[in-house]
Amino acid sequence: MNANYFDHLSELESEAIFVIREVYSEFENPVILFSGGKDSILLTHLAKKAFYPAKIPFPLVHIDTGHNFPETINFRDSLVNKFNLNLIIGDVQKSIDEGLVKEENGINASRNYLQISSLIETIEKNNIDGAMGGGRRDEEKSRAKERFFSHRNEFSQWDPKNQRPELWNLFNGKKNYGEHFRIFPISNWTELDVWRYLKKEKINLPSLYFSHKRKCIVRKNTILSYSKFISLNINEKIIEKEIRFRTCGDMTITGAVESKAKNYDEIIKEISMSKYTERGGRADDKRADSAMEDRKKEGYF
Amino acid sequence: MKNNTKILRFTTVGSVDDGKSTLIGRLLLDSKSTFDDQLNSIERSSRKKGFDFLDLSLLTDGLKSEREQGITIDVAYRYFSTKKRKFIVADTPGHIQYTRNMVTGASTANLALIIIDITKGISEQTLRHTYISSLLGISHAIVCINKMDLINYDQKAFNSIIENFKKIKSKIKIDDIKFVPISALIGENIIKKSSKMKWYNGKALIQYLEDIEISHNKIYNYPRFPIQCAIRPQTFKQDNFRGFAGRIEGGIFKPNDKIKILPSGHSTKIKNIQFDGRILNEAFSPMSVIMTIEDDIDIGRGDMIVKEDSLPIVTKEIDLIVTWMSSSSLENKKKVIIKHTTRETLAIIDSISYKINIDNFENIENIKCLKMNDIGKISIKTSSPINIDKYENNRNTGSLIIIDINTNETIGAGIII
Repeated sequence: MNANYFDHLSELESEAIFVIREVYSEFENPVILFSGGKDSILLTHLAKKAFYPAKIPFPLVHIDTGHNFPETINFRDSLVNKFNLNLIIGDVQKSIDEGLVKEENGINASRNYLQISSLIETIEKNNIDGAMGGGRRDEEKSRAKERFFSHRNEFSQWDPKNQRPELWNLFNGKKNYGEHFRIFPISNWTELDVWRYLKKEKINLPSLYFSHKRKCIVRKNTILSYSKFISLNINEKIIEKEIRFRTCGDMTITGAVESKAKNYDEIIKEISMSKYTERGGRADDKRADSAMEDRKKEGYF
Repeated sequence: MKNNTKILRFTTVGSVDDGKSTLIGRLLLDSKSTFDDQLNSIERSSRKKGFDFLDLSLLTDGLKSEREQGITIDVAYRYFSTKKRKFIVADTPGHIQYTRNMVTGASTANLALIIIDITKGISEQTLRHTYISSLLGISHAIVCINKMDLINYDQKAFNSIIENFKKIKSKIKIDDIKFVPISALIGENIIKKSSKMKWYNGKALIQYLEDIEISHNKIYNYPRFPIQCAIRPQTFKQDNFRGFAGRIEGGIFKPNDKIKILPSGHSTKIKNIQFDGRILNEAFSPMSVIMTIEDDIDIGRGDMIVKEDSLPIVTKEIDLIVTWMSSSSLENKKKVIIKHTTRETLAIIDSISYKINIDNFENIENIKCLKMNDIGKISIKTSSPINIDKYENNRNTGSLIIIDINTNETIGAGIII
């Protein structure tokens, strides 16, 4: 038997597909949480492979803060077209307009935190009981604690100190009415695994991930894309830089890296040598040492 | 069978404060799998705690309450790779009340990294976890005898721990055990052989981790394909397509293989095996694929495709070694849900035979119940037949979980004997 072509990426792929199919089978109303970033794009492609020749049996849910990169929105719409998917949008602007949430003020204002309310509202309104995300354990220290099947109570809260034991590959998705699960099929992938797989499978990504020239500002050692959503400090200047993004969140919080990496090979080489983590440039994680855990407990992605 | 494991999954075993998280932190640091921003963050936290060294355990203790208390509460999964392998590490808690999280980490591991603090010797909790690792079918272990720096790298102390450990070896089923004297804090014998312990003839820890061959020989004798779901595209182009999606949980399947569908017992043949539109000549564990079959038989989730020449046992009566994980105890005649492969069924606890005393691995008979973190033998009766193998033959079809009917919690981990 030739086992050579079954490498570690194939093993990760097979594991993720197994989990995606379990989600389809165990939940009434499962969805893919789609941010427009590389991990949720990867997840959508894995879902296609899991069910082919049938079509992807999940709608995409996008929580749109209104502060997205236009490239992200365009990419999302073309992917929805390509795979003939349903798209559910949770609109943060609408939540603000209706007075459900209050926008942050000041120079570092972001809508990252406000996404939580829109996400929970979207989950409740659409009776979603299983929401898959592209979260990975190597991304961040509290994510390293996540189960594949992660229970959320009726308030969408995560209780990290009291998680269900998860044995072998026997996932327990049982819940009471009103509760739901977050499921992370690519839990065991690292950033490098993701890029190597994207390359191997020739999966397209938004242009943001590849080196390009962009108007930026530098704030607290973080390079941010200049946009109408950012207000400048008196001494901040707009400068053009050759950059790319390693993660894709809102324009107000996603830090860029200076990079000349224009293709998959160059990016893989760059990441292999990087001294900083993938989320090292994320202002949302820098607010406190436990910023991610705190947000996740409240229902964040 | 060639070893095709490019990923090594291992778990840490040991008591509180024996240095498990510190060792993992050291492995991450010395294999250059940490980043400057992570290190800056733990440097700040270490200083804040008043330490004059880098608290490496902060690399894996990711929860706020863990960092505050300096203990590991839940499994943390960490990743690193060398040129030879990718490693997935389940860093598990040492405290007794978190044993269920330790079991979680061990259930998917191929190797146990057992850590013993040489100044304290082998603790009860280490014994317990070593036994659990053995029960969970982990057949490789590396025993890291830690804090050698505190006893001046003394060979005699190292040897006496090995002697003590060998006394329990006859009672556990871990075939392959290696011993390495280390200092996780300073980094001796982790990546390179230590110059302070010239008397030690073995390899540095990372070399053992890279070189150990995990054998999957047994599982290849038990070809199993539990069905996750049927695939019916319902489009004009594909309206006759009817496939069955699942992951191969043992053995090799090929087109034209004579198969049986369980539990119904129908015999038929595999028409083709495909994945993402590609037709495959064969498929083996752990590949996720779609199969189509010759006859139009009613099949669905929970059914299992097996080969005619190697059949599992189809039964409603199952003997288990169970690890109990709930604060409400396991009592006779309790009704539960069990999940085995992709099949769920109701079951009743039929008898509790004994509890295992993990101090001496002897059986305590005539007991009425099993309490949280107890390990014991029970028998259950299921409401519908399930297709089982012994755990020692196939981990995937020899394991099940027990779910509470009322709370939906996972309350037990069962190993089929």
